[in-house]
Amino acid sequence: MNLLSLVFVNLFRNPLRTLLTMASIAVALFLFCALGGVLDTLGDAVKFGSESRLATRNAISLVFPMPLSYRDKIAAVPGIRRIAVQNWFGGRDPVNPHEFFAQFAVDPENFFPMYRNELKIVAGSPPQAEVALPADLDPKLAAFMAEQTGCVVNDELLRRMKWTLGQTIHLDGTIYPGSWPFTIRAVFHSATPSFGGNTMLFHFKYLEQNGMGGHGFAGVYKLELENPDHAADIARQVDALFENSSAATHTETERAFAAGFVSMYGNIPFVLRLIGLAVVFAILLVAANTMVMAVRERTSEVGVLKTLGFADGTVFTIVLLEAAVITLGGGILGSVGAKLLIDRSHFNAGGALPPMTVHWSSVRAGIVVAAVIGAASGLIPAWQSARLRIVDALRRVD
Amino acid sequence: MASVQITNVRKVYKRDTQEIPVLDGISLEIAKGDFVALMGPSGSGKTTLLNLIGGIDQPTSGDIVVNGEAIAKLSGRPLAAWRARNIGFIFQLYNLIPVLTALQNVELPLLLVRMSGKERKQRAQTALELVGLADRLGHFPRQLSGGQEQRVAIARAIVSDPTVLLADEPTGDLDRKSGEEILALLERLNREFSKTIVMVTHDPHAAERAQRALHLDKGVLSN
Amino acid sequence: MAIPISYNLRNLFQRPVSTLTTMVGFGLTVMIFIGALALASGFKAALKKSGSPDNAIVVRKGADSEISSGLSREATDIIRGGPEVATTPDGHGLTSADVVVLTNQPRLGQPGYSNLTVRGIDPSSLALRDQVRITDGRMFAPGSDEIIVGRRIAPRFAHCALGDKMRFGPRDFTVVGHFEAAGSSFESEVWGDNAVLMPVFRGEVFESVTFRMKDPGRFEQVRKTLEADPRLGVDVHRESDWYTQQAGVLATVIGIMGFFITLIMAVGAVFGAMNTMFAAVGSRTREIAVLQILGFSPFSVMVSFMIESLFLALMGGALGCLMALPINGIVTSTTNFTSFSEVAFAFRITWVGIAIGLIFAAGMGLAGGFLPSLAAASRPLAKSVREL
Repeated sequence: MNLLSLVFVNLFRNPLRTLLTMASIAVALFLFCALGGVLDTLGDAVKFGSESRLATRNAISLVFPMPLSYRDKIAAVPGIRRIAVQNWFGGRDPVNPHEFFAQFAVDPENFFPMYRNELKIVAGSPPQAEVALPADLDPKLAAFMAEQTGCVVNDELLRRMKWTLGQTIHLDGTIYPGSWPFTIRAVFHSATPSFGGNTMLFHFKYLEQNGMGGHGFAGVYKLELENPDHAADIARQVDALFENSSAATHTETERAFAAGFVSMYGNIPFVLRLIGLAVVFAILLVAANTMVMAVRERTSEVGVLKTLGFADGTVFTIVLLEAAVITLGGGILGSVGAKLLIDRSHFNAGGALPPMTVHWSSVRAGIVVAAVIGAASGLIPAWQSARLRIVDALRRVD
Repeated sequence: MASVQITNVRKVYKRDTQEIPVLDGISLEIAKGDFVALMGPSGSGKTTLLNLIGGIDQPTSGDIVVNGEAIAKLSGRPLAAWRARNIGFIFQLYNLIPVLTALQNVELPLLLVRMSGKERKQRAQTALELVGLADRLGHFPRQLSGGQEQRVAIARAIVSDPTVLLADEPTGDLDRKSGEEILALLERLNREFSKTIVMVTHDPHAAERAQRALHLDKGVLSN
Repeated sequence: MAIPISYNLRNLFQRPVSTLTTMVGFGLTVMIFIGALALASGFKAALKKSGSPDNAIVVRKGADSEISSGLSREATDIIRGGPEVATTPDGHGLTSADVVVLTNQPRLGQPGYSNLTVRGIDPSSLALRDQVRITDGRMFAPGSDEIIVGRRIAPRFAHCALGDKMRFGPRDFTVVGHFEAAGSSFESEVWGDNAVLMPVFRGEVFESVTFRMKDPGRFEQVRKTLEADPRLGVDVHRESDWYTQQAGVLATVIGIMGFFITLIMAVGAVFGAMNTMFAAVGSRTREIAVLQILGFSPFSVMVSFMIESLFLALMGGALGCLMALPINGIVTSTTNFTSFSEVAFAFRITWVGIAIGLIFAAGMGLAGGFLPSLAAASRPLAKSVREL
């Protein structure tokens, strides 16, 4: 029988109370870590984008296009290894109208090699005929390359929308009117969940012919650099090319480009942190209240312990340990539970967020919060117990 | 007619797997207007017997008829209703509701009867006057002495005018003087108001105030 | 007959610390709940007020927002000359062909850029949107490179003060006024002359045409006629419906997130309440026994404790409402996914929201109090009595 087993015996004296307290702490910490997870997910979304790629868009805003003629001019800038085009399609699946996902028209000979580290092709339809593919293109894309209406879909998106490889889907265009058929000819897996998690890619030529009347324009140019250290310099050079034209450009690293999107969430991170704070405060109250209640009921026992020779300091430790076990137990349950549950569920708020994840750092933060709360909530009752005189303790008949 | 008729009552408690017979074939009769003291060492089952008479507990076997009602066969709501009408309880530790005033504590039993608020207050006040606490109506239990608390408890026990009063060690927690006052009050209730009183006590002094004493030992009665 | 309510109320105040902490737990949950409702409500209200049911807005077929749309000059001329378009006393059509684009502008007070909606209107069309009022400065002069900024968006972006110059493409535009528009999403926009803005932005393309209907009751016919016209290829919506629909996705997302956060907090609060009530029941076993001995049925004991729990929750809920009130009217902004631009709106706490918050609190109280009340009522009387 040692100090720790005494602590546990005390806790299980009223198992219901101990359980309920642990449960409310677990729930609160679950929320705390879930909110942290949202911040983690948004933070990840910002970190997407290698520093060795640049994004060029119309200087006024993303909504304005750039001429296709810019491509060759930009490619001529020294230090640019490859250039790809990426246009937002803005379509909606009438079968699942509330599921939001991204569709991009790209030039695959350049786009897929450029993103070979981020997008791994995991499946592809067998090609109808022999097709000569460029060397740096994954051979599973053969069927896709041969078919102008083909498209490549992210594996998570495929699963969520319940599509299959080889299926023809129809999307309603909101910018390019009409019903657009696409046949899924390949599936890719995103190495980072925040890029490509919700994405479908198809041929730029398809969009150009059927939506732009054959006279195409570019939405965004993606530039792959030979040397990432020259990013700022090259960005300036590119923009200088078109400074005085009708479509001036704005070039920045892909990371800054992605960050721009996240900053559009505005105040939300701040609000989430505020809620997290409120949650922590509420937990503190719950834990403290329980400890006070529990200790009050046991004043006579504390007195008896002291008559047996337990020192004040020992009694202090026992009560503090009780608080710690409850809060840490609940805290670990809630924090780890949050990570496991949320990571598994790929919750993405209907497409508004990338699939959610919770970092271990948030879990650790949650556990630390629980430990601190345990200490704080246990302090007063522990101190009261330590200070209690034997005479008073044994006299109290409640 | 006897107020209380107990026939061959057995009460067995189950503690985990052990069976403990607290009362082992008890029979007794208490006449209307009787004042009986129930005595015996601790653990002898006196409180159990009292609880059986009051319908708070049920016998394992045997019959109990109180005021003509075979209460061993009643349960739930009818039993509670019967108890409210026929029995008044007085406990060793008074058991007043701490957040209610003396008057409100005495009013409590009357809430179970159809009565206007005004009438209820009136009757409660009368009961408190009877026990000599007319000037303490608005006091909370913590503001009263032990003896005063017990008198409020007695007022509560008689306010709905039951015929039978069951008192479990009513003076057990009081000093000599207050104890005397309480016993005098019980005597008066018995003499003037014809209340049938069964009082559990281990104090022979208290037992002297009763008309007769019964001894209970290891679950068996003797005179 | 019932156990008096004063018994329960007074007992709540017998244990002030327990009562207070549980109240705060409920309070915080209700506060966040009402906050989420207020956020969604404010957002929807801002967009709802943006349109009038007497106006019709025409966009390209299939477009889900003005920035996805595009109408040629010929098409807009046809629409604006239509017989259903109301006219001003001096014979002008009450209509505006709008150029609506997004420009990426630097924020004020926060790092980064956001998309800002710029709308080029027919300067003569102010009567069409009669909620609009200039708050400082003046209206832009037609044909000039002057602009006015919506008052909600003015404090959130740089270069929005009177006299500042905002850059669109190669040209600078001068801010000459701020305007309000009954709290609608127009207050999150920058307005200028469409004739001046058009060449800066897209060339010969408008994004929408809005007009006052001669007879708003005939909207369906108006819609059918225009949508059937093969020269046009358009969708027609009632202006008020159009803007309500713009709120759709984001309002839903806010709703979902608010719901989840509140649900989780509610579970925690209910556990906390259960704990408090169990402790209360535990410390009053003797009283409960006495009440039953006096003749109160187990059911009335249960009801009594449920009421106590309910009161606790309602007090916490009231506290939560009070804590939530200060956020009413606070302006915040975020990007509306549908229009892809920043919309500023105010938190809007309504009486309905408060009522729902209190009902929610009551629900939590009942949920938390149920098991402890049941425990109080079902404790066998004989067992309690042995301890009397």
